[in-house]
Amino acid sequence: MAALWTLSVLLSACLLWPVCLALTPPAELPQPHNLPPLLGFNSSDGSPSVDLPMALRVFSVDYHHVQAPFEIVLWIMLASLAKLGFHWSGRVPAVFPESCLLIMVGLLVGGVIYGVRHSAPPTLSADAFFLFLLPPIVLDAGYFLPGKLFFENLGTILWYAVLGTLWNVLGIGLSLYGVCLLAQSSLGDVSLLHCLLFGSLIAAVDPVAVLSVFQEMHVNEQLHILVFGESLLNDAVTVVLYKLFESFLRLPSVSGLDVLLGGCRVVVVGLGGLFVGLFFGLLAALTSRFTSRAQVIAPLFVFLYSYLSYLTSEMLHLSGIMAIVTCAVTMKQYVEANVSERSNTSIQYFLKMWSSVSETLIFIFLGVSTIQDVHMWSWPFVCSTLLLCLAWRATGVLLLTAVVNKLRRNTVTFRDQFIIAYGGLRGAICFSLVFLIDDFPKKRLFITTTIVVILFTVFVQGMTIKPLVELLDVKRKKRALPTVSEEIHSRLIDHLLAGIEDVVGYWGQHYWKDRFEQFNRKYLRRFLIREDHQAPSSILRVYQELERREQRRDEEAPPIEDPRSHSRPLLPEEMDSIRRILSRNLQNFNKKQTPAYSRHTLHQDTTMDKTRKPLYRHHSLGERYKYNTITHWPQGEDGEFNGSHRVRAGLCRSHTVCAVGPRPVLQDSSVPAASAQRGPADPKSAATKEDQVFPQNQAPVGGEAPKKQLSFVLENEKQP
Amino acid sequence: MGSNSSSMNNIPNAEQLVQETGFSAAHILRLYERFQFLDKDDTGQLRPEDFGAVRELAMNPIGDRIISAFFSPGQETLDFASFVRVLAHFRPADSNRTRDGAQPEPANSSMRKLKFAFQLYDQDRDGKISRAELLQVLRAMLGMQVTEEQLQSIAERAIQEADFDQDDAISFDEFRKSLEKVNIDHKMSIRFLS
Repeated sequence: MAALWTLSVLLSACLLWPVCLALTPPAELPQPHNLPPLLGFNSSDGSPSVDLPMALRVFSVDYHHVQAPFEIVLWIMLASLAKLGFHWSGRVPAVFPESCLLIMVGLLVGGVIYGVRHSAPPTLSADAFFLFLLPPIVLDAGYFLPGKLFFENLGTILWYAVLGTLWNVLGIGLSLYGVCLLAQSSLGDVSLLHCLLFGSLIAAVDPVAVLSVFQEMHVNEQLHILVFGESLLNDAVTVVLYKLFESFLRLPSVSGLDVLLGGCRVVVVGLGGLFVGLFFGLLAALTSRFTSRAQVIAPLFVFLYSYLSYLTSEMLHLSGIMAIVTCAVTMKQYVEANVSERSNTSIQYFLKMWSSVSETLIFIFLGVSTIQDVHMWSWPFVCSTLLLCLAWRATGVLLLTAVVNKLRRNTVTFRDQFIIAYGGLRGAICFSLVFLIDDFPKKRLFITTTIVVILFTVFVQGMTIKPLVELLDVKRKKRALPTVSEEIHSRLIDHLLAGIEDVVGYWGQHYWKDRFEQFNRKYLRRFLIREDHQAPSSILRVYQELERREQRRDEEAPPIEDPRSHSRPLLPEEMDSIRRILSRNLQNFNKKQTPAYSRHTLHQDTTMDKTRKPLYRHHSLGERYKYNTITHWPQGEDGEFNGSHRVRAGLCRSHTVCAVGPRPVLQDSSVPAASAQRGPADPKSAATKEDQVFPQNQAPVGGEAPKKQLSFVLENEKQP
Repeated sequence: MGSNSSSMNNIPNAEQLVQETGFSAAHILRLYERFQFLDKDDTGQLRPEDFGAVRELAMNPIGDRIISAFFSPGQETLDFASFVRVLAHFRPADSNRTRDGAQPEPANSSMRKLKFAFQLYDQDRDGKISRAELLQVLRAMLGMQVTEEQLQSIAERAIQEADFDQDDAISFDEFRKSLEKVNIDHKMSIRFLS
C-alpha cells in the first residue's frame, strides 16, 4: 500500500514536470517565442511571428492558452491524489497525521520545482489564501457546528478565545522583546511593536491544523467544541491585534488613546462580523424559501450568501471568519427545512469536498513555500519563539481553566487541559499573515521563524499528541472502566440535578435558550420557512428533539447478540454492547461521549434526510428500518418475530410521527423489521412523553464507509 | 430585590432555617420568592401539581420521582421549611467546616446526598433497591429505545456488580460503594446555592 502511495506521488511529480518547464518566473512576462508555432488562424495570443508556416499543422500544443487553469487543476489534482494515496497507504495514517504527510508532499514538490528551475517555487499568496482557500474550510466547520453544544459552552469558549489569545499575544510579544534586548547584537533592530506584531500572528491557534489532527484522536464532543470554537473565535482577536499593531507601526507615535481605540476595535470587529453573518444568513434563509420551483440551484444560494458575507466583512475590515460561521449557523435550520432532500445532500457534500480540497491545498502549499531562498536564521530567536509559544499557552490554559472550572458543572479535566494546550497548532493563517507584514530588515527572520513554528507544531505536536494522551490515559486506566451500575446511577444523578435546577428556577443558559426558542418559533420560522414545511408544534418538537439526539449518536452499530437469556453471566462483548447502549441512549445533558465530527466523511447523523423522511415520505420508512441496530435481527429469520418484539422494537419515533402524520401504513414488507412497525398503538402514549422518543440507530449504508476513517470510539470518560 | 417586597420577616422561622440548612439569608429569600412563584394559589403550601407546572420537570424522565421526593411519605402538601430542607441537600459542601461529634450531619454532606439519590430508586422505603425498582427507573430513563430483554440484562448486570450479600437487591451501602469513584460533592451540588 505504501507503494501505491509513493507511486501516486511520483505520478503527480511527473505531471508537474511539464508544468515546471513551462512555468515562468513570477516576475517576468510570458515569452511567446518559446511556444511552438501555432496555426495561423487560431493564434489567439497575438503572436507577433510574421513568418507563418507554409503547411498546415496537424498537431500543436498551445500551453499558454490554458496555462492558468491548467496549473490550478494540476495543483488540485496533486493534492487530491496525495490524499487518496494517504488513505491507501496502510499503516501510515496511524502514525502520521494527514497534515504532516501533505506538508511533506509539498516539500517534495517544492524541492522538485526548485531543482528544476533553480529559483523559488510559487508561494502561497496571502490573497489566494484568505479569499479562496480559507472560506470553504470555515464554512464547512460552521455549517456542521453542533449548535447546541457550542452555545452551551459559549462562555468558556469566549473565555479561552479572547482572554487566552490576549494572554498569549502579550506574553509572547513581550518575552520576545526581552530576548531581542538580550541578544542585542543580532536582534537589536527588532522593536517592541514588531515583537508584539509577531506575537499576535504566532499566538493564534489555527482551526485548520487543529481539526486535521483531532480527527485521529478520540476526543469527546465537549473538548472538541472547546478547542475548535476557540480557534474560530480567536480569529477576531488575532486579526484585530495584528492590524492594530501594524497600524501602530505606521504611526509616528502611539498614545494611550490609540490603545483604547484598539480595544474598541476588537469589539467592533467581532460584533460586526457577527452581524454581517446574521444578515446574510437570514437573507439566505429567506431566499431558500422560494426555491421550490428551481430546486437545482438551491445549494448555490448557500454558498453564494456565505461567501458574500465573508467578502463583505473582509471589505469592511471586520472578522470574515466570524461572519461566515455566523451565516452558516444562522441559515442552517431554515435552509434545511426549506430545500429538498437532494439539495441538502448536495450542500453537505459540496461543503465537505471543497473544504477537504482546500485544506489539502493549504498544507501542500505550506510545504512548497518552505522551499525558498529568503530564509534568515537566528538560533536564539527561533528557539525562544518555540519555547515561549508552548510555555505561554500552557500557563494560559492552566490559569484560565482554574477560573472557569469554578463556574462550570462539567469541569475541564487535566487531560482536557493538556489537549487544549498541546493541541494549539499553528497553521496557514500565521503563514499568510507574516507575508503581509510591511517590509523591514528582519522580515525574513519572521518568515523563517513562522515556518519553523508551524512545521514544529504540526509535525512534532501533531504526531506526539496522540501517544502522550494515551500515556495520560494509561494512568487513568488503572481505574477500571465505569461499571454499569455506576453509569446508571451517575445518569440518574444527572437527571436529578437537572430537575432540581428546574425546581429552583436556576436561570442559567437554559433561560436564554428557551427565550430564543420561543422567538424562533413565533417569528423566525414563520417568516423564513415555507408554509407547507412548517409543521405543527407537536411534531416539530418531536423533530427537533430527534435532531438533537441524532447529532449525539455514533453510527457504529454493534449487533446485539442474543439478549434473551438473563441468567448466565455476560460476555465481555455483551458488556461492551450494554455499555454502549447506556452511553448512547441515556439522555445525557451535559457531557456527551459521542465522537467529534470528521472533516472527511459525512456522518449518517448529519444527514437530515433520514430524520425528515418520517414527516414527508412514508414509503422510505421501510428502508430505514433495515438499519435498525438496536433490534438488529438477522434478515432471514422472519419467524422470530413475535408480539413482544413488536411492542418493544425501538422504532417508536416512527410510531409517534406516523401516528400523528398523514400516512401511517407501511407498504414495504420485504424488510423483516418493518413488520414490527405495524404494531400496536400503545407507543402512541409515548408521544406524550416526547423526550422518551428516540431515533433508532442506523448502520452505515452498505457498510461502505471505511472503518479506518470512522476511528471513533466511545469513551466512557469519567468525570473527576 | 424582588418585586413582592418580601423581607425576612415574612418568612416563617427564617433564622432557624438559616441555622439548620446553612443557606445564607439572601438565598432563603430567593428560595422563598421561588416558592411563592410556584405556589400559584397562594396557600403557603405546595402540592405536586404545582411542581408539575415547571415545564422542564415534566419532561424529565424521573421528574415524577423528584417531585415525590420533596414530599414526605403520606404528606400531600409541602411548606416552605420542608422545601428548603430538601434543597439544602444540594448545597455545595462547606470546605472549611469543622465537625464536632455533637453536631448532626449537615444536609449537604455526601452521605445525605447519596441517601437522597438512593431514595429516588427506593420508592417503598425498605432500604433496598429491588430488581423491580431498578427496572422501573431504567425503563423511565431509557425509554422505548431498548427491548425488555435488554433492560433485564442491564438490570441484571447492575445488580451483579453491586450486590455483595447476594440478596438480589442493592442496599444503601452497596449503592454507596458503587459510586465511590464519583465525586459526589461536585456532582450533586448546585453551585449557585453556595
